[in-house]
Amino acid sequence: MSSATELTDLTIVQGRDGLRAKAFTAVDLTLAHLHAIEALNPRLNAYLSVGHAQAMEQARAADAALAQGDMRPLLGIPLAIKDLFCTTGVRTTEGSKILMPFVPPYESTVTANLLRDGAVFLGKTNMDEFAMGSSNMTSYYGPVENPWKRRQDATAVLVPGGSSGGSAAAVAARLAMGGTGTDTGGSIRQPASFCGLVGVKPTYGRCSRWGVVAFASSLDHPGPFARTVRDCAILLGSMAGHDPKDSTSADVPVPDYEAACERPIKGLRIGVPREYRADGMPGEIEALWQRGVAWLRDAGAEIVDVSLPHTKYGLATYYIIAPAEASSNLARYDGVRFGLREDGEDLRDLYERTRAAGFGAEVRRRIMIGTYVLSAGYYDAYYLRAQKVRALIMRDFTEAFAKVDALLTPTAPSAAFAQGEKMDDPITMYLNDLFTVPADLAGVPAMSVPGGLDADGLPLGLQIIARPFDEATMFAVAAALERAAGFVALPTLRAGG
Amino acid sequence: MAYALQGRTGSWEVVVGLEVHAQVVSESKLFSGAATAFGAEPNTQVSFVDAAFPGMLPVINRACVEQAVRTGLGLNAAINKVSRFDRKNYFYADLPAGYQISQYEHPIVGKGEIEIECADGSTKMVGVTRLHLEQDAGKSLHDQHPTKSFIDLNRAGVALMEIVSEPDIRSPDEAGAYLRKLRSILRYLGTCDGNMEEGSMRADVNVSVRKPGEAGYRTRCEVKNVNSVRFAMHAVEAEALRQIEVWESGAEVQQETRLFDSNRGVTRAMRSKEDAHDYRYFPDPDLLPLVLDQAWIDDLRVHLPELPDAKKARFMRDYGLSAYDAGVLVAEQTSALFYETVAKGRDPKVVANWVTGDFFAILNKLGRTFENPPINAAELGAILDLIKDGTINGKIAKSVFEEMVGRAMAPINVSLTENLSPSDSFSIRIDPLTIVDEMGYRQLTDTGVIDATVDKIIAANQDKVAEFRSGKDKLFGFFVGQVMKATQGKANPALVNETLKRRLT
Repeated sequence: MSSATELTDLTIVQGRDGLRAKAFTAVDLTLAHLHAIEALNPRLNAYLSVGHAQAMEQARAADAALAQGDMRPLLGIPLAIKDLFCTTGVRTTEGSKILMPFVPPYESTVTANLLRDGAVFLGKTNMDEFAMGSSNMTSYYGPVENPWKRRQDATAVLVPGGSSGGSAAAVAARLAMGGTGTDTGGSIRQPASFCGLVGVKPTYGRCSRWGVVAFASSLDHPGPFARTVRDCAILLGSMAGHDPKDSTSADVPVPDYEAACERPIKGLRIGVPREYRADGMPGEIEALWQRGVAWLRDAGAEIVDVSLPHTKYGLATYYIIAPAEASSNLARYDGVRFGLREDGEDLRDLYERTRAAGFGAEVRRRIMIGTYVLSAGYYDAYYLRAQKVRALIMRDFTEAFAKVDALLTPTAPSAAFAQGEKMDDPITMYLNDLFTVPADLAGVPAMSVPGGLDADGLPLGLQIIARPFDEATMFAVAAALERAAGFVALPTLRAGG
Repeated sequence: MAYALQGRTGSWEVVVGLEVHAQVVSESKLFSGAATAFGAEPNTQVSFVDAAFPGMLPVINRACVEQAVRTGLGLNAAINKVSRFDRKNYFYADLPAGYQISQYEHPIVGKGEIEIECADGSTKMVGVTRLHLEQDAGKSLHDQHPTKSFIDLNRAGVALMEIVSEPDIRSPDEAGAYLRKLRSILRYLGTCDGNMEEGSMRADVNVSVRKPGEAGYRTRCEVKNVNSVRFAMHAVEAEALRQIEVWESGAEVQQETRLFDSNRGVTRAMRSKEDAHDYRYFPDPDLLPLVLDQAWIDDLRVHLPELPDAKKARFMRDYGLSAYDAGVLVAEQTSALFYETVAKGRDPKVVANWVTGDFFAILNKLGRTFENPPINAAELGAILDLIKDGTINGKIAKSVFEEMVGRAMAPINVSLTENLSPSDSFSIRIDPLTIVDEMGYRQLTDTGVIDATVDKIIAANQDKVAEFRSGKDKLFGFFVGQVMKATQGKANPALVNETLKRRLT
């Protein structure tokens, strides 16, 4: 049997092969991760709840199945689940106080798919409240510490990004082999970039939203985190698929993403959108982008300059549409049927007390914005206009993809920042989503791959954006980048580290 | 003569538009699999979708869409091949999601029309503006506990069709005719049971008034949730009279939502325009646009049942019925079917007279409908056959009919029913000929007996005979009456007439 540290360092592919080869058991693998969580989670606060008993039971079942020669793709692989995936009988909080006493009696389609394929769930991970944030600072249950440290200042506590900060920190610190997140404005790709991980936002409709607590329905994309492109390909292959319970789920076959990682990219046309050259973007991010371009060119791709002219309207559009949908989606948290209730004098008083006590400042801000932009007299100027701009942003991508097979951009305009930084003004925080938001608005698949480190030794991600439902090409490009980048740096805080 | 209300300043015209909420007949709700049956225990027909649990998503129920399209076709309306669902946002305890899914800008059905029949027999077309699908809310029960309200979500999410008319209605009578006709069409189609008492059909009545000849409309008020045809008609008049008083006092009618107080026969304010909710409508991002296939629509059209207007035209054409009789018979599918069953192989006008006359009267008297008539179509037909073959005359037939109904309704011997629960009902079928024989109702056609009776009557009334012969023709009826009386009404009327004529002249 391998040592516990070696087990937590394994990729999903290595774990899967080791389990099948009987090099170790699923119980070994799960225990190693549970021990790592015990050691590190009190500091990182990545998990909000850890399901020891359930995880061990799933691991034992996996071992029994492995003994029978069961070849399910995720059999015995321990994962971290963002706490907005409803999991039967397991507390689901959305990072909010308002859902504190909520235990769903149903399993989300995405987590049900992972369980079907044999996965072991270690626990539910921290997140920005209702997925609203880019730092994990808005969680009612406290911030998450990024396991990466600045070389010069190891004492600064950095954010893991958000909103899926808990899953990102957990996978980076080796407290899980992979994890789930949701990406509404960049909530998978930005934390992946901040934590040196691969994070995938698939095409809208690829992964069912059924059982995923809604933030902004037309923008919410469930997707995976892992430490390699191939691991993400395996996870997405399991999570994806048509679900009749979600009317926006697409009835499109799911190809073999793992196989797609081996595809050569020679002859592919890669677009470099000039609008992603943001003012004030650190030089090292620009430099990394150029390195990425060179790596793909060296791998045989043809580089094409393209234009996505409406990119600059992406953030403004997003911060109208997402709050508008959220203001409606979050109306159900009213204290009447589930979650927190603060009794009042009458119905209106009950609503006001419950929602004032249950929602944090950022959620309240977005509900206010969303209510405003949908109000009579403002709807046309804000919501309707934003929908029109959204259509233009989609058209930008359609036109670009007439010329190229995929796009390459930086994932985020900065590396991980410290807790407390960028907190003075919500707009500064919103700028984190600059490069990620357009793909959410357009629904096209996009992912982040670690490209290198900045001068502080912090990871920086490169983003690949592909045609709708062409995640296979995206994985092929991502795998080529991964091979060229040779990213081997490790976070300071990690199991056995 | 157009309907008008008289005020101090002269006469006023009434302008009415109706919004009808019709509960769709379907097994399950508009966006969930929960059942829709009326009268279940509270909160027993609620899915996680209906209760708006986190992460739950709506999925459109194809059967409800089909019902809406069939209704649209029945209203001769344009079917919109692309429609959309919007969210209507407001907070209330019986609205779990905090929004109702409805169709705001792009309804599934566009313009159509309904032909109504007015009391004077004239007909009129009333435009239908649109029909859209939406969810019903749950029910708040405020009288179950001193300090709490109880919520029943059984109805939450049930599919409703909102059917909006143009402001083409000009009187309470037309409003009533519109509602009855719409209900009749919905029942024919089986898309709504039209049961206003159970709330499966409710009307919002929009009323304004104006001077005859005035162009454009004045400010209207909406009288919400009227739950019977009669109340809707009362509400139109009461609200119109109120508005006339406001205008004539020199004030202006304010746009507002009102309620009809059926006990006092007046409307009262519910909320003003200023207090109106801002519903913040926007397209529901959980649902894709609803796209319908033309072939599917065409198939639904082909399989529509014969609707009241077509049936009425056919009854007039094929049976030679008057517009009035045909209209009465086709109001319900069951009455039309009953009529056609009896009319088969018989004189259609005679049958129409019997069904619209004696049969409707007895149903009203007994509180029954054509779904549970005291005697069935075959039995009524058998009575009419006895007239036709001369066994009884028309007058005696009414006695036979009453006797049959009486026997059918009579309590059944206890020994026969002891194994039956009170809900079981059946009646013993009785052959009318048996009654005729038992009661001695057979028609008297023996000319010898009739001659003798006539002679007896003439002999006993010589003074009247003299008067008749001197030109007082009216007295003929007196002699007929005397003969019929003497034969207990059983004499063949034609023979009596003929014999009397022969002997008196």
